[in-house]
Amino acid sequence: MPGITREEVAHLARLSRLELQAEELDHFAEQLDVIIGAVARVSEVAGQDVPPTSHPLPLTNVMRADEVRPSLTPEQALSGAPASEEQRFRVPQILGED
Amino acid sequence: MTDLIRYTAAETATAIASGTVSAVEVAQAHLDRIDAVDKKVNAFLHVDTEGALAAARAVDAKRAKGEELGPLAGVPLALKDVFTTEGIPTTCGSKILEGWIPPYDATLTARLKDAGVVILGKTNMDEFAMGSSTENSAFGPTGNPWDLSRIPGGSGGGSAAALAAYEAPLAIGTDTGGSIRQPGAVTGTVGVKPTYGSVSRYGLVAFSSSLDQGGPCARTVLDAALLHEAIAGHDPLDSTSIDAPVPAVVAAAKMRDIRGMRIGIVKEFAGEGYQAGVMQRFHESVELLRELGAEVVEVSCPSFTLALPAYYLIAPSEASSNLARFDAMRYGLRVGDDGTRSAEDVTALTREAGFGDEVKRRIILGTYALSSGYYDAYYGSAQKVRTLISRDFDAAFAGVDVLISPTTPTTAFPIGERADDPMAMYLADLCTIPSNLAGNAAMSLPCGLAPEDNLPVGLQIIAPAMADDRLYRVGGAVEAALNDKWGHPLLEEAPAL
Amino acid sequence: MSVISLVSYEDALASYDPVMGLEVHVELGTKTKMFCGCSTELGAEPNSQTCPTCLGLPGSLPVVNAVGVESAIKIGLALNCEIAEWCRFARKNYFYPDMPKNFQTSQYDEPIAFNGYLDVQLEDGSTFRVEIERAHMEEDTGKSSHVGGATGRIHGATHSLLDYNRAGIPLIEIVTKPIEGAGERAPEVAKAYVAELRELIRALGVSEARMDKGQMRCDVNLSLRPNGTSTFGTRSETKNVNSLRSVERAARFEIQRHATVLTDGGTIVQETRHFHEDNGTTTAGRIKDNAEDYRYFPEPDLVPIAPARTWVEELRAELPELPRVRRARLQAEWALSDKDMQSVLNAGAVELLEQTIAAGAPADQARKWWLGELARRANETGTELAEQPITPAQVARVCALVAEGKLNDKLARQVIEGVLAGEGEPDAVVEQRGLAVVSDDSALGAAVDQAIADNPDIAAKIRDGKVQAIGALVGAVMKTTRGQADAARVKDLLLAKLS
Ligand SMILES: [Mg+2]
Ligand SMILES: [Zn+2]
Repeated sequence: MPGITREEVAHLARLSRLELQAEELDHFAEQLDVIIGAVARVSEVAGQDVPPTSHPLPLTNVMRADEVRPSLTPEQALSGAPASEEQRFRVPQILGED
Repeated sequence: MTDLIRYTAAETATAIASGTVSAVEVAQAHLDRIDAVDKKVNAFLHVDTEGALAAARAVDAKRAKGEELGPLAGVPLALKDVFTTEGIPTTCGSKILEGWIPPYDATLTARLKDAGVVILGKTNMDEFAMGSSTENSAFGPTGNPWDLSRIPGGSGGGSAAALAAYEAPLAIGTDTGGSIRQPGAVTGTVGVKPTYGSVSRYGLVAFSSSLDQGGPCARTVLDAALLHEAIAGHDPLDSTSIDAPVPAVVAAAKMRDIRGMRIGIVKEFAGEGYQAGVMQRFHESVELLRELGAEVVEVSCPSFTLALPAYYLIAPSEASSNLARFDAMRYGLRVGDDGTRSAEDVTALTREAGFGDEVKRRIILGTYALSSGYYDAYYGSAQKVRTLISRDFDAAFAGVDVLISPTTPTTAFPIGERADDPMAMYLADLCTIPSNLAGNAAMSLPCGLAPEDNLPVGLQIIAPAMADDRLYRVGGAVEAALNDKWGHPLLEEAPAL
Repeated sequence: MSVISLVSYEDALASYDPVMGLEVHVELGTKTKMFCGCSTELGAEPNSQTCPTCLGLPGSLPVVNAVGVESAIKIGLALNCEIAEWCRFARKNYFYPDMPKNFQTSQYDEPIAFNGYLDVQLEDGSTFRVEIERAHMEEDTGKSSHVGGATGRIHGATHSLLDYNRAGIPLIEIVTKPIEGAGERAPEVAKAYVAELRELIRALGVSEARMDKGQMRCDVNLSLRPNGTSTFGTRSETKNVNSLRSVERAARFEIQRHATVLTDGGTIVQETRHFHEDNGTTTAGRIKDNAEDYRYFPEPDLVPIAPARTWVEELRAELPELPRVRRARLQAEWALSDKDMQSVLNAGAVELLEQTIAAGAPADQARKWWLGELARRANETGTELAEQPITPAQVARVCALVAEGKLNDKLARQVIEGVLAGEGEPDAVVEQRGLAVVSDDSALGAAVDQAIADNPDIAAKIRDGKVQAIGALVGAVMKTTRGQADAARVKDLLLAKLS
């Protein structure tokens, strides 16, 4: 399994919305390379015919009835908002799809 | 009344119920203790003096009216700052949530309140539960009451330290890879990771959803059992909650008889990296179990050697997604919103400023493991390892009732020692991680001090899923025998604060 | 690119063969959201229908709405899909402020329904089979409004405001397999498919599927390949096309645009595009700096859905009559020719006719009014037939008044005009406008005598037995009575006087 480059870390940081500083990039790239080197051992089992486990419980079909439960009040909903306006969450301009 | 802080939870509840002492007196004694020692320990991020006293008054009023009190009514508790508490700050040890006051209670919080438990405040933790030392808290490290220059374990170091410093007789932790058991081990306290799905995760701020499990922390096995019964049980708000009766753990803790039980030693949990004194106390525990009438055999779980790598792919992967919601839009920190920057940039700046290094490392690692082209090799393989580990457990439990091992390979290490060496830090969870991957139940309880450093050593007991009672049966018997041998609980050997 | 430089539609089709993929999102009409108990009622105050779960607050968890799953299975069955024995939700990870968790809980490689088809009827009466790839469950996002820019657009806005009432409302995403072989009819197929799907969803009772309210939204993916070749070209993805007409126009425009680019020797870039209702064109969305990587993985907060086969069969047995079957039945009941039925379909008038007939009108009368007078007005005003301010019951009442002889066709038209103008119920219009047919013999007598006196030549012809000439006299009577006479009665009276 190949290691991880500084450029890859920069790409991953963008994907995960982290504005990493230059020194951080270097530092993380070094550390992540070591960690990935260590954890890559799991791929030993990649070829084995073993079903994956995504969940420790064998539960299925946990569903609820379509019944309305009380919502928060708008005041409660907005209580943690860094900014609000007209009972809505106010956010900076969105670089959108338009 | 300094004695009050040394009572067990069971003794405290009995004293309150019988009127020997009021819940308010008990709460005040603990608040005073926190006042006296927490500057040194830093176990609490937030102390809710008013709320605690109000809850205590409510218990006293209930008793005055002759109403029946629950088995933990009036008992103080330290709550890990990863569970939401309506009206009380919840930070998860992170700057990104500093000042956030949730508008709702976690199911666990609500159950504690319903039980009349007095919540003293919120305890320190590694940021978003990522760590094994509580050094990753944005609000400073917590000291180990046995030696304040050492780590109290993590991520739930604050909860374990609060118990060991007699700031609370009960505490709540969460265990994703060992965050209840490892702090328990290094502070000489009891910590239980219940079967996955037995304690509701609703209101538990997620680190790794398929691994996280809330559980009880206490100074005695019986106290842990009482708390276990108070918080466990089905919750319709958590889809992964088990809809089945909770095993009778309190009764099991009181049994103190393990004759005829079959106990397996996991062969793979030994060797390089294990401190000599830790192994010595572990081997003595094995002898003790034999003396108590259990049959001890060695079992092999070969896939366990892949548990740590699998864990460090699964947990960061889920975390990278769980922590995406901290984006500066709806709650928590917002950095760089000067009217010119886009939401996208403000999110990136806020996350950069609000998350600590370990959180960033894991977000990037998880993003990597899930990204196209790597998913099968990393995340996919890790899920296969998970299956193999469960199979190993199944095979082992076909022949034994419980498994045992040291909880953690070493005793508490000095603060700062492994801070910039992630791989060394990760080794602390070597023995605890397999149970999270398989979802079964496990406990750590004190089994002595390592001769070389006089620091507590933890014995880990692992039981199959939904057989949590076996932990308490074995743990209760071991604890009683050790206390008999020592003449007092281990914690009494801790230096005074 | 200016519209003028586009190659013509005919020229585009002469060289290229369009391949389409349609993705339709349907908001279910459940009482509560997909993963929490918040109400889905439209029109509530902002952020008044939110809770920790649909706001994505730390610690919150989802629980699946059983009716959401049931609706998905019904849709799957109606689309002739296989229903998964076992499926899961997955997280689709990407950041966007309208999505509270910054991942969408959706389904990825394990949809609840897959491998189906929907037969759609085209305007010429032929049937086209659209193959369905999958139908899966997911959740809607919140709604953002943009402040400070022109006309509330995102571009140029200084900030945005978010309302999460819509966040978490159940969506079913229905994805077709590539639609090939439609040729020049591709835009028509797209429109007919969405129309048929909309009818199907409504018949199932799982959603009102109002496109104007955003309850049904369509993405049109389109690519071209040179005629006679089989490899797919690069596709464009035109998002959120929100009316039937727009679906057709967007497909048509994209065919011309692709052809223009390809004919010029250019290459099509895979991109998101936006359709503009005002001029019928599409424009490119923002180019993203890094390629999208949604990092799907199984949602660990939810457990798998394994619909019991008994449940699936129960739902299959309970499926209502599906639109195609219903249409065939109605055609037989109404005794319409294929051609007449097709005209009803093309006008989107099946429901209107059905309701008018149910209210007592004869089929031919109902059809006559809706497809004649009312369709003409809809056409003139550029509105949908169903949007005309007249109800099937009112049309049925007009038919009844005609059948009772109280109105003739000309008066009935005036009554309808009055109803459309907001003058009230048909009876009220008749009353207020004084439109009742005059069949009273004494009132008609004078007019009849006058007509005979004014037209002695014609009267003489009729007396001589040339009865067919009577039309002119009837016309004269109608003229003096301003159309309010009962023409049949007038004819009888004239004949009586002239025999
Ligand atoms: Mg979708
Ligand atoms: Zn909600």
